[in-house]
Amino acid sequence: MSWVGIVVLAAGTYGLRLAGPLLRKRLRLSGTLERYLELAAIALLAALIATAALVAGRGFAGWARPAGVLVGAVLAWRKLPFVVVVIAAATVAATLRLAGVA
Amino acid sequence: MRTTNRLVRNVAALCAAGFVVGLSFGAIAAAAHIPLSQVIGMSTLIYAGGAQFLAVGLTSAGAGTVAIVLAGLLLNARHLPFGLAIGDVLSTGPLAQRLLGTHVMTDESVAFALAEQDPQARRRAYWITGLCLFATWNVAVIVGAVAGSALGDPDTFGVDAAFPAGLLALVMPSLRRRPAGRVALAGATLALVTTPLLPAGLPVLVALLGLLAAFGVPAGPAAREVAT
Repeated sequence: MSWVGIVVLAAGTYGLRLAGPLLRKRLRLSGTLERYLELAAIALLAALIATAALVAGRGFAGWARPAGVLVGAVLAWRKLPFVVVVIAAATVAATLRLAGVA
Repeated sequence: MRTTNRLVRNVAALCAAGFVVGLSFGAIAAAAHIPLSQVIGMSTLIYAGGAQFLAVGLTSAGAGTVAIVLAGLLLNARHLPFGLAIGDVLSTGPLAQRLLGTHVMTDESVAFALAEQDPQARRRAYWITGLCLFATWNVAVIVGAVAGSALGDPDTFGVDAAFPAGLLALVMPSLRRRPAGRVALAGATLALVTTPLLPAGLPVLVALLGLLAAFGVPAGPAAREVAT
């Protein structure tokens, strides 16, 4: 990895981060459009969650990780605190791995 | 005050998990013979975990600079729609502050912001998450790069399950409302189905088509539940 690559990727990433707030200032947002922009972010987060839970590289992540996420999902659905959800998910995945489940 | 305590506790848990991932990034980058100055440069300037892991992986695989930059930008393209959605948290304050706030935009700071409804609570959630994660990430990366492979595999601690579960806990209150649940399900399905076919980053963007699931569905009840 060259310094040129690092700087260009950093500048491009910053540009992507900056573009949203700048465009938002230009647009006159109706309530409906605002609602769709928020739904778009939800769709992206849902996609990140699903792929992070199930995929490693291009293949299946193994059973331990999705099992941990599933337990976290149930606890989140039952409205348990965020910290409990995160620790439970990690503990389940770690315990399964300790027990030899990939 | 109580909500701030809750927020700080939640962010602390996230940052603890982030610290472990940062350690592993530092260790992997060092093992790939990337100089410490560049490891630090990537983490402070690019500051995007996924793109950093991808860049190191591609470097080890012998990819050229152009390929690495393009792959990283594709993976980070989601920040544009994220910024459109939560841009209002960056609409106040001095210019320098807004420019700094832009830099700490991550999946996590966006999710924490979206979990709040009131504009001021949103801003606070975004900034606390953004700054805390930036600090812990960069410290962890340096420690990881110096300590190297002595730290072992972070998956041993299950942090790879902690991140998706944490994000899910943050979006869960939104998912209970009418069109959002359908949109999320459609988006997640589209991303999973296209993952084996498309380069990293694109499947998540394809998930935007999940918005189609919202057409014709009236807005859900206005009452919002606050994530605990």
